[in-house]
Amino acid sequence: MITARILANGLDRRIAIFLAALVAIAIVVPALNLLLPPDNPLHVPTHVVALFGKYLCYALLALSLDLAWGFCGILSLGHGAFFALGGYAMGMYLMRQIGSRGVYGNPELPDFMVFLNWKELPWYWYGFDQFWFAAIMVLLVPGLLAFCFGWLAFRSRVTGVYLSIITQAMTYALLLAFFRNDMGFGGNNGLTDFKDILGFNVQSAGTRGALFAASALFLALGIAVTATVTRSKLGKLMVAVRDAESRTRFIGWRPERIKLFGFTLSAVMAGVAGALYVPQVGIINPSEFAPANSIEVVIWTAVGGRGTIVGPVIGAVLVNWAKSWFTVALPDMWLFALGALFVAVTLFLPRGIVGMWDQWRSGRKDRRAARGGSAEATVETPVVRAKSVSAPALDAAAPQPAE
Amino acid sequence: MTSIKTVLAALVALLCLAGSAAADDAAIRAGLAKLATAKGFAEIETVVRELGATGDPAVAKPLAALADGNLYVRKSDSSVFIGNEAGGSLALLDPVTGSAAGTAAKGEMTKIRVNNAVRRAVREAAGSLTLGGEDAAARLSAADALFLKPDPDAIEALDAAIAKETDAAAKARMEQARAAAVLVSDRSEAEKSAAIRLIAGLGSREALNLLTGFEASASGALKEQAAAGISSIGSTLMAWDGAQNVWYGISLGSVLLLAAIGLAITFGVMGVINMAHGEMVMLGAYTTFVVQEMIRSSAPGLFDWSLAIALPCAFLVAAAVGVAIERGVIRFLYGRPLETLLATWGVSLILQQGVRTIFGPTNREVGNPSWMSGGFELGQLAITWNRLWIVVFSLAVFALLLFISNRTAWGLQMRAVTQNRRMAASMGIRTPWVDAFTFGLGSGIAGIAGVALSQIGNVSPNLGQGYIIDSFMVVVFGGVGNLWGTLLGAFSLGIANKFLEPYAGAVLGKIIVLVLIILFIQKRPRGLFALKGRAVEA
Amino acid sequence: MFKITTATRHLIASATMAATISFAGVAGAQDDTIKIGILHSLSGTMAISETTLKDAMLMLIDEQNKKGGVLGKKLEAVVVDPASDWPLFAEKARDLISKDKVAAVFGCWTSVSRKSVLPVFAELNSLLFYPVQYEGEESQRNVFYTGAAPNQQAIPAVDYLMSEDGGSVKRWVLAGTDYVYPQTTNKILQAYLEAKGVAKDDIMVNYTPFGHSDWQTIVSDIKKFGSAGKKTAVVSTINGDANVPFYKELANQGIKAEDIPVVAFSVGEEELAGLDTGPLVGHLTAWNYFQSVDNEANAEFIKTWQAFTKNDKRVTNDPMEAHYIGFNMWVEAVEKAGTTDPDAVIDSIVGVSVPNLSGGYSTMMPNHHITKPVLIGEIQADGQMETVWQTSGLVVGDEWSDYLPDSKDLIADWRKPMSCGNFNVVTGKCGGQGTN
Repeated sequence: MITARILANGLDRRIAIFLAALVAIAIVVPALNLLLPPDNPLHVPTHVVALFGKYLCYALLALSLDLAWGFCGILSLGHGAFFALGGYAMGMYLMRQIGSRGVYGNPELPDFMVFLNWKELPWYWYGFDQFWFAAIMVLLVPGLLAFCFGWLAFRSRVTGVYLSIITQAMTYALLLAFFRNDMGFGGNNGLTDFKDILGFNVQSAGTRGALFAASALFLALGIAVTATVTRSKLGKLMVAVRDAESRTRFIGWRPERIKLFGFTLSAVMAGVAGALYVPQVGIINPSEFAPANSIEVVIWTAVGGRGTIVGPVIGAVLVNWAKSWFTVALPDMWLFALGALFVAVTLFLPRGIVGMWDQWRSGRKDRRAARGGSAEATVETPVVRAKSVSAPALDAAAPQPAE
Repeated sequence: MTSIKTVLAALVALLCLAGSAAADDAAIRAGLAKLATAKGFAEIETVVRELGATGDPAVAKPLAALADGNLYVRKSDSSVFIGNEAGGSLALLDPVTGSAAGTAAKGEMTKIRVNNAVRRAVREAAGSLTLGGEDAAARLSAADALFLKPDPDAIEALDAAIAKETDAAAKARMEQARAAAVLVSDRSEAEKSAAIRLIAGLGSREALNLLTGFEASASGALKEQAAAGISSIGSTLMAWDGAQNVWYGISLGSVLLLAAIGLAITFGVMGVINMAHGEMVMLGAYTTFVVQEMIRSSAPGLFDWSLAIALPCAFLVAAAVGVAIERGVIRFLYGRPLETLLATWGVSLILQQGVRTIFGPTNREVGNPSWMSGGFELGQLAITWNRLWIVVFSLAVFALLLFISNRTAWGLQMRAVTQNRRMAASMGIRTPWVDAFTFGLGSGIAGIAGVALSQIGNVSPNLGQGYIIDSFMVVVFGGVGNLWGTLLGAFSLGIANKFLEPYAGAVLGKIIVLVLIILFIQKRPRGLFALKGRAVEA
Repeated sequence: MFKITTATRHLIASATMAATISFAGVAGAQDDTIKIGILHSLSGTMAISETTLKDAMLMLIDEQNKKGGVLGKKLEAVVVDPASDWPLFAEKARDLISKDKVAAVFGCWTSVSRKSVLPVFAELNSLLFYPVQYEGEESQRNVFYTGAAPNQQAIPAVDYLMSEDGGSVKRWVLAGTDYVYPQTTNKILQAYLEAKGVAKDDIMVNYTPFGHSDWQTIVSDIKKFGSAGKKTAVVSTINGDANVPFYKELANQGIKAEDIPVVAFSVGEEELAGLDTGPLVGHLTAWNYFQSVDNEANAEFIKTWQAFTKNDKRVTNDPMEAHYIGFNMWVEAVEKAGTTDPDAVIDSIVGVSVPNLSGGYSTMMPNHHITKPVLIGEIQADGQMETVWQTSGLVVGDEWSDYLPDSKDLIADWRKPMSCGNFNVVTGKCGGQGTN
């Protein structure tokens, strides 16, 4: 039903292909993992499923940043905070599910509260034993934070590098806060030792497959939503705000509302990514709030190509795969490679991989048109030149109205 | 006849003296010999107390050596010597006279081991010994030791010392020590009351310590008087605590200023946030390490000058790296501040890994020269030398930058480019050169900051990461393009942090400061001292 | 300056990426070797501590290969860098076990890294040897804890300070970094001190964030606390990096070790190498091993280590000794069982006794902890520790502290038939499958 509407909107072919591919992956990969025996050459090993499930969550996070940065021009260096908040909400649900199977056998309190001598569950943990409540919180908490932060920031017209720095301050403050053991979120050990999700064992291959599929499907949903938003009128407004905020304001639009919408939506998507990430990785920990993590997300988006929708997805998967590969192949030197990658991408691939591809394609089309002149040639758009406005005659007699 | 008698008397006297001196010497040597055979720290402590009880000032030398870990026993004949490191072996000195007694290989000698209890015993023994010494400073420290550990048996010795004391400071201290001793003795109430009054008047923490200990075991009028003394000291100390917090805030602010000012300059002129700024600070700290290593191996005497030598080196190293980054990377990203941010992040990763590969990932030892160690008291304010020097240094750097910015041609060009790049270019200023110069200057200042910061913290590849967030906060808070903004921003953040810390704890204090900055930016989106003008756009 | 055309730019970009990606790295697997995984951070915040352990493991594997390997096969080390990134630890652990098929993994340092890999080891049934002192409150079937539990480090240190030798301390400052190890250790110590009759007012607890560098306020608070007329000591669970500015500030504010001694649990020879130890002389540390311990096994170890790293100033420390013990125990267990199969090794390793470097033997107990001596040392000017006291015998690691109300009834015993990590002796029940 959504697909039909998207296609009806005349969505770009590339995005449609991508969506189809994601849906296919969501079905095929878990099937190959669960249904085939391990010695079959087509069998996908479990660790690959887990790994790529993680990459898909990162891809969704990068996509959310693309919505805020590529389309609204808000470079948020604190998107990791929304990711982590969504992750914590899911983590709290998973902790409540452990029940009395924890190390101390306490049915109410998670382990870390027991050995810190807490007597009862703090009020903000109530409700997290229900999945629907946790799901709402996954959407609500990052969204609410983004809304408040954005409302304050955009209304005061904080822009550019200043905005980026205060998003860093936000995520750093959250990092410090969640590290504190008396906050009741597990301190620096975070939330871990999960057993079940929705009744299914978190570690079984079936659940992993299901989580992988869910990640792929939510990524597809994210792409669809982003594509719809950016191709709508609102999307055009976002691009206008990104490129010329003052001018948009002077025409009569309210850039702060547009930015607020984009920022909040992107935070909600990041929260969903975090929630899917946590059961696959098995731990959520305050270092997800670290400013360095958020900067890495920006790199993924930059590598893939910001402002394109599929770019950040590709960028996230590629860079993380490269990181996984480097830390095994060159354990002593991989940071050099990563740093060189960042520098190379910003210098030589300013529009990212997908951007470069698009540029090449359109360049090829133009070159072909220039060389040819046959039916391939693009339609000549009529160029209307304004009649040259001559300078007002320096006629001292006729008074000129003041400018 | 009379003359012969006097001569004989003198001779006898001399002989007696010599005899008694020899007798004293023998007692000391017997005691030291016991040290050689003592088993376990408790026995060593007993011997130390015995030696101290002899009251002979000559005991001070071997006891000091013992506490410093320089007293050795020769394995072959169990004789005791003071040993000083000389190349690979030990230069031996006689423990009593201090005269040279040859050398020995380290394998031939066993060090007499001490623990904290023994060191304490040595300090107490030495304290009472030097009360009648020749050096006024020694007498003062002896009085100090007796004040901290009052001994009722020392009252007579103190009385005698006070009577013939000429140095005012030493005399006052001795009287305080006497008062402390009176408190723990069984002298009359009147004497004790006078003692309490004297001690309460000191208003110091040690005085509080003494009175609290006394009050716990006293009764009646004395107890009340002691309690009154305690509360009066308490309120004095509270006032001093406030002042102390202000001092801590200033010193934290000076650290922030040093770290952030380079960033403020580059940000102001070029509009780029240099994420590799922290690594420039790190490079400065490592330069200090390298300089100190070279001095340690080739010219140990120059150690106290190591920081002065390291300063220009650090500046040059960091500035060179900064200019290289600017020419190699940032120049091509002109006009795209957000891409520059990302590219410099990549550079910072490379620099970190580079340092890690060359120097290893562990902390490196950067020593404090003697003039940077220790502290002094100003009233009840404890001021440490390293922090004081850093405050002075940061203000000096600030003044220097102010001078460069306002009084030199380079500075003029920098300010012009900050305010309106296009216009400046139209006026003939070569903006690429200004960019390179600015980046080099900012990085060089960061390098110098690294020299200072190496004195108070770790030197490891992660050093930069610890300062980068704080530098950003200072720059954003203080505003861009104005050095005074950075100064004010740094000091206010430092003081705010330090005032919150005793109430909210270090972590919560920092969080509150961050939230306040976020809220402040809503009010003033461009910081405290914002640049005004139409040309100033995002 | 020639202009870089767009095409050239793209070419350079693709070439760079192709070059970095096609960098040949992974060595081809050799079939007739036994693989050992080394899971220590080589970059990031923990690299400072963990890189040494990677080198130590490489040396131990090298030495074992010189002796002929294990079960007639050579050992091969598989080194990965989890980069102080906790989810990456889990990912790397999974790779090591499923992809590289290692027989055992030696790794982790922080409790977070260990907690994030526990489910992986349980799920894939492999072995982890964890060499660092930690807070206890855990016992897993697939993990062997060769580092100290609180009763093998914290409690003996406090005992020493309370004794006359240590100064008969009456007031205590428990200063730690804000994370689980100091929090739990301090809870245990508080309960222990109160059980020994120390008043609540005589205990001051303080937590600081990681990497805290401005200690002025806290050190002056310590001074204040210590000037109430009773002998005061500081029990420091301050983590790695923050120790440098802490000790510097202590020295500068004139706090001498004779007056207020500081006993630290996270400061070893490695950390002291990065410090100017002059002002620290007399402060204490508590470990199960010091480089300065004088016996043949240790001298041999130090010599081999310094030759291996080609640096005769390189120091050794307690976690290295823990890996030494753990590795030798694993080798012996494998030889005993005749196979590297994890289940067989888990059964055969209990009771294995190997020489440690402090002059005695360490044994693997049924709760997967080992017996160790406890040494209290004073810091010397050259960065070494001088033992001033040690336990008369070996202390068995007790992961379920008797001083915490929720864990005092728990024991762990992984031998059959109990096979449980948190058996409650009062109720007679194994606390759920929660530990697996």
